[in-house]
Amino acid sequence: MEFFVISIIKAAVVAVALLTTLAYLQWVERKVIAHIQVRLGPSRVGPHGLLQPLADVIKLITKEDLIPPYVNKFVYLLAPFLAVTMSLISISVIPFGSEIQVFGHTTWMQLADLNIGLLFILAVSSMGVYGIALAGWASNNKYSLLGGLRSSAQMISYELPLSLAIAAPLLLVNTLSLREIVQKQAGSILHWNVLPQIVSFFVFVIAGFAETNRVPFDLPEAENELVAGFHTEYSSMKFAAFFMAEYANMVTITCITAVLFLGGWQPLFPAAWGSNYVPVVLFAAVGAIAIYHGLHPARRRDRLTLPVFGAVFLALAVLFLLPPLQQALIPLFWFGAKVGLLLFVFIWVRGTLPRFRYDQLMGFAWKVLFPVALLNLLVTAFVIAWKS
Amino acid sequence: MDVILFLIFAIIAVVSAVNVVVQTHPISSAISLIGVMASLAVLYLLLGAEFIAMAQIIVYAGAVMVLFVFVIMLLNAGAESKRGRSLMAQLLGMPLLIAFLALASYFIQRLYPTGAVVRFGVFQGGSAQSVGMALFTTYLLPFEVTSVLILIAIVGAVVLARKELP
Amino acid sequence: MSGVPLAWYLILSAVLFSLGIAGFLFRKSVITIFMSIELMLNAVNLSFVAFSYQLKQVNGHIFTFFVMVVAAAEAAVGLAIILTVFKNRSTLNVDEMNSMKD
Repeated sequence: MEFFVISIIKAAVVAVALLTTLAYLQWVERKVIAHIQVRLGPSRVGPHGLLQPLADVIKLITKEDLIPPYVNKFVYLLAPFLAVTMSLISISVIPFGSEIQVFGHTTWMQLADLNIGLLFILAVSSMGVYGIALAGWASNNKYSLLGGLRSSAQMISYELPLSLAIAAPLLLVNTLSLREIVQKQAGSILHWNVLPQIVSFFVFVIAGFAETNRVPFDLPEAENELVAGFHTEYSSMKFAAFFMAEYANMVTITCITAVLFLGGWQPLFPAAWGSNYVPVVLFAAVGAIAIYHGLHPARRRDRLTLPVFGAVFLALAVLFLLPPLQQALIPLFWFGAKVGLLLFVFIWVRGTLPRFRYDQLMGFAWKVLFPVALLNLLVTAFVIAWKS
Repeated sequence: MDVILFLIFAIIAVVSAVNVVVQTHPISSAISLIGVMASLAVLYLLLGAEFIAMAQIIVYAGAVMVLFVFVIMLLNAGAESKRGRSLMAQLLGMPLLIAFLALASYFIQRLYPTGAVVRFGVFQGGSAQSVGMALFTTYLLPFEVTSVLILIAIVGAVVLARKELP
Repeated sequence: MSGVPLAWYLILSAVLFSLGIAGFLFRKSVITIFMSIELMLNAVNLSFVAFSYQLKQVNGHIFTFFVMVVAAAEAAVGLAIILTVFKNRSTLNVDEMNSMKD
């Protein structure tokens, strides 16, 4: 009984945190791409555009919910539902942190630890193809059909290098449970899987870009190629569902990369060398810089907003010093830092690289990534067999 | 708890299977078949077959059915026409099916004494480790032969579906 | 709490198998017939896993694994054949694929 109550509370916390992260991830993406392109990005709605996601959500909810008369209604309505459900389910097996004690109950910062956690993630991501394929078909529109078919062919082609890139570090950790994978990478950065498996890491990240339909692999949903690809005929909440599914997939891929290769919630160097103070120092430095710039701001409205942000960051730095909160916040900080860094790389690549043509994309998967991942698996297996 | 879960997913499986057979448009049949496979995966989990459950979703529901859906979309298969069924099939089909199933259920129930019950968590031998151990030691030869079989299937599919060169 | 009698799993497998046979015999579209074959294979897989539970051995799971692999290979080749037949005859109705009938 206690297990059920704790699980429901954890699920509610993860759901709220995930949905807020998805909304603000869109804000971060627009700001970062804007600054790469030497412009400002959203800056009018709220201070520095921070209320822009709220405005977008209100717009998408109140838009007219149009169902074109020539579509296959059941499949048209099923497709965004499938896409969103599959992309949100994979968060349930990711370990966000270590064991914590809350009001006398001990629990792990993870919704469910399956023995076959990694296979579960692969299974759910292979079901995510249906949302896109069925959306393209149900719209009864040749551009949507082409976009849907291309996108699903791309996703299933890149699932192969993805699975092979996952198999190589599995030879090192000998378990499929995500909690144990993180626990086996304890120590410092020298114990993480990224150093012995650097080829696998790059193959996984590149295949991750293709699985989530991000630049440079986003031909199926590019606006200047296929109108809008498979989501041409979708409006308001259903379009928001596809959007949310894409960002949720991005978050899932980066969380899996962090767990498999970058040591999950393990710190960069052991706590004995002072890694517990890294978040304190980081947040205090950011707060100090914000307050310093707030004293002589470049724009008049920043005289209020920059000191407020500085105060918020200093308060966060103080929070990391309190012992009862430390056991929960410090693993969460390291996990969030790794995931945040990878998400920044995703957004950075979007602002920088041009996109692949479709035949170049498919040729790259089958002729380059797949043999490289296979060779990596072979070499890893030989080395492990030779060592033991 | 086990009984409730089994009943829910067994009913979903049977209703989806009836849908596969009854629906006229192939896409609806394909989506119902995906529903059957997903509910069967949950039933495998109840029987302790965790690796097979995940393999069912990854291989069957996530790859084979995607292939079916692609082919239906490419061929633009439409709804089937309803004419041309023989009268005998329409009259006798359903009653014969139900009679056969009742007979089979009676014999199955007789063969299995009341002691053989399935509880979640009793069978621990379905993990990836035990399946892998058996697959690579006892059943190594069939494993290698199936890899050759898959190679043949790939070559066959590529040759058959290729465009004719002028 | 009592568990589920094993006989129920076997009865479910029989029901799915007979529904697969019904679809195979009564449908006209080649793709639906193929999907009924996949339904039959799934029913047999359920039987294998249930027996593997009863005998507490992993061999049933291995059998299921091989059935899945063979079904995947067969689906690939079968769908390629269907594509080629459709290219030549422009129909998916099995009653019209009778040019080898006398």
